[in-house]
Amino acid sequence: MLFKRKEFLQIGSLASASLMMPKFLKAFEKTTLVPPGNKVMVVLQFSGGNDGLNTVIPIRNDIYYKSRPKLGIKKDQALQITDEAGLNPALTFFKELFDGGSLGIMNNVGYPNPDRSHFRSMDIWQSASDSNEYVTTGWLGRYLDAQCSGCDKPTQALEIDDVLSLALKGENLKGLALRDPKKLYSTSNERYFKEINAAHDHGEAAADYLYKTLSETLSSADYIYEQSKRHPSSQSYPATQLGKNLKTICSLILSDINTKVYYVSLGSFDTHVNQENQQKRLFTELNDAISAFVKDLKSNNRFEDVAIMTFSEFGRRVAQNASGGTDHGTANNMFFIGGGLKQKGLLNPMSDLSDLNEGDLKYTVDFKSVYATLLHNWLGADDEKILGKKQERMNFI
Amino acid sequence: MPLSNQLKNQHLLWRAAFGPMIENVNQLPDVSQKEMYKILLKTSSEKPFALNVAANSYDGLIKGIQDLGRMQKLTQEQKKQLRKQSVDDIKNLNLAWLNEMINSEAQLREKMSLFWHGHFACRVVNIFFQQQLLTVIRENALGNFGDLLRQVSKSPAMLSFLNNQQNRKQHPNENFAREVMELFTMGRGNYTEEDVKEGARSFTGWGFNLKGEFIQRPFQHDNGNKTFLGKTGNFDGDDVIDIILEQKATAKFITQKIYKFFVNDQVDHHKIESLAEGFYQSNYDLQKLMNEIFLSNWFYDEKNIGIRIKSPVELMVGVRRLIPMELERPEAQLLFQRVLGQVLFYPPNVAGWPGGKNWIDSSALMFRMRLPQLLTNSEEFLIAPKDDDDVMMGKEGVDKMVKPNQLNVNVDWASVVNGFNKINRENLQQRMNDIVLQTKNSINPNILKRYLDNTSRESFIKSSVVELMSTPEYQLC
Repeated sequence: MLFKRKEFLQIGSLASASLMMPKFLKAFEKTTLVPPGNKVMVVLQFSGGNDGLNTVIPIRNDIYYKSRPKLGIKKDQALQITDEAGLNPALTFFKELFDGGSLGIMNNVGYPNPDRSHFRSMDIWQSASDSNEYVTTGWLGRYLDAQCSGCDKPTQALEIDDVLSLALKGENLKGLALRDPKKLYSTSNERYFKEINAAHDHGEAAADYLYKTLSETLSSADYIYEQSKRHPSSQSYPATQLGKNLKTICSLILSDINTKVYYVSLGSFDTHVNQENQQKRLFTELNDAISAFVKDLKSNNRFEDVAIMTFSEFGRRVAQNASGGTDHGTANNMFFIGGGLKQKGLLNPMSDLSDLNEGDLKYTVDFKSVYATLLHNWLGADDEKILGKKQERMNFI
Repeated sequence: MPLSNQLKNQHLLWRAAFGPMIENVNQLPDVSQKEMYKILLKTSSEKPFALNVAANSYDGLIKGIQDLGRMQKLTQEQKKQLRKQSVDDIKNLNLAWLNEMINSEAQLREKMSLFWHGHFACRVVNIFFQQQLLTVIRENALGNFGDLLRQVSKSPAMLSFLNNQQNRKQHPNENFAREVMELFTMGRGNYTEEDVKEGARSFTGWGFNLKGEFIQRPFQHDNGNKTFLGKTGNFDGDDVIDIILEQKATAKFITQKIYKFFVNDQVDHHKIESLAEGFYQSNYDLQKLMNEIFLSNWFYDEKNIGIRIKSPVELMVGVRRLIPMELERPEAQLLFQRVLGQVLFYPPNVAGWPGGKNWIDSSALMFRMRLPQLLTNSEEFLIAPKDDDDVMMGKEGVDKMVKPNQLNVNVDWASVVNGFNKINRENLQQRMNDIVLQTKNSINPNILKRYLDNTSRESFIKSSVVELMSTPEYQLC
């Protein structure tokens, strides 16, 4: 048999879901409820390799200004947060978060033997593998595997997108990608799919796997749609893609849905040319969307339960290039936003620009350590099992 | 109940080819598997025409580089232009090859080539390199594995993808040697880290010139003695490949991978051992190995039929073989590949597409099940695949808001209807089920009936094909 009985002990809280479940699954239905104060993580991916040095700017570093005579952001333009650091001028709300103690910044995060291909490096970040191994599952997918063997629907991890990222693909369980709840509901609301699904009896392992996925999708689509309608957000969000996506996420966080992880991307940060405008445009979209999101969470008293993490597949080279941009680099900074941070502000020293590897930053924090910290301290999961080995955990959350 | 001859023939056609064509419908019940396989071999025996799509303007630019002498002398703008042209040309190469898979008679060769395309996975944005590697693969797909391995290892595509251009005597780069052993030949556990180091030393100096031709650069080559897999000598890359081919582990690794792709994910170790032994004894004759598999009785065992999840490319090609159609915008197929997670020439990494259950998640399955409907109804649909920054090259996303995609497809329904003309009305629903689906369990006929258009024989056939393809069962072969 493909499925273990225990996996189905908690299936299906909706009556309509049971109608759509294939016969061979129906026997094991039971309800689950989400505990109040459910801790939630939102992963925000900056696709394309965001320039970390122009995100958190080393405003007293001569090497920075020498390496970037044109692109360097001047001290008086940066939003100063400490003696030595300032934020990109477009990140005004991040400065507010910093002042309010809800922003953490981890500098110089990376991994050994960095890869400069977008795809490969993203693969490494999403699968949490070493740069010389190829892993076909993602870190959040493995979180689902470890955590959700009793979960009925793939709604514990949702990606707001048309296509599911590797990060959310586990060995046995996968997250669910949706552009918005209504669209998912309408595309899956085909009577034909529901009927053939309901009629499916036990078959070969591969067919059962497909029907299990279909069944979960159909019931999740209804479930997510129902939940999303329950607490329509009253806060106004910017009319950008990220604004819409965060609005969707917030309406789900405010519902009773059992989702622990949300995943969403913004890009492209691949600023080889004309970096200033492109990064400014993306950061403005980011800043305004996060601002609306945080206000929404705060007004509903849920900010304490949400941790936002940002990352990018790599940073960029320290020196500017000849086209007003920067080329692919290595280590980078990450933001953490939330009401539940234990440490705030700069969590570690800024990158050392005097000690470079052929013009690139040398990482000092392995990103897998960050993952381990969030998995263990925030999501209460077995980080060692999920990441395959013990990683040093930190205390920022 | 014994399996029908037709089911076995379809099994062969799904595995050794890209599924039955509508023109095959009437032959399927009667011809034997042996005869069918003989035809597949015959049609695949000729040397393929190389697919050549590189645009002329690009040829001009490349010649320009040679005149300039060095790539480095190109301006930023020229480099960008070159890359953009490559990206566009690779799209054309993708569509040209897809077309071969759908329409070529040499089905076995193209299917084997798709296997090797995933095995020798290479992600470089250079149309000439990709084109040349594909030609090597298609010419050797059914030939000798040793030849194939050697030619792939000397292709500029692989040498550049795995950084052997940077593998020099003073600064060995182990990437190439490691992947050749780990992913292309023996698999982990059959060599040591020391063998990787020594192998890398042997490959020093292997590279390519500005014309993309393989060269051995004597001044970059480490002429010292190396000890590799128990042998010692002043080895070069060819020696290392010879030694790798002497290892039985290589025959076993390749056989197992072929078995998983063409027969069953669940391996039968006993069969692998004996197939691998024969493969090794034949000095890596691929055609002989495939004969062993496709002419055996066990290949047609019930447990091997209808249990394999089709890759996105196999799915699309399969639909188009049974339902002949013309796409007014063939590039829509690239969008499907991106949404479903298999873009030809852009494997996720050097390990290739993992396949199997990995193809399936909620959104991918829903899209797969809607695909036949989208194609045959020329439906509008809203979907945006993820950006690939390696391809976008810093270009800003044109518009992040998703726009509907309009498909204009001319389906040749007359051929489909004609293909079923010998089957009488009472048997039609069952026979169509048997032709479209390979799985043991079929769609409940009472449910299906409610979705079929009974107004005419033609509409009935059309709606049956589409509804049968819009199922989880159709994802399997």
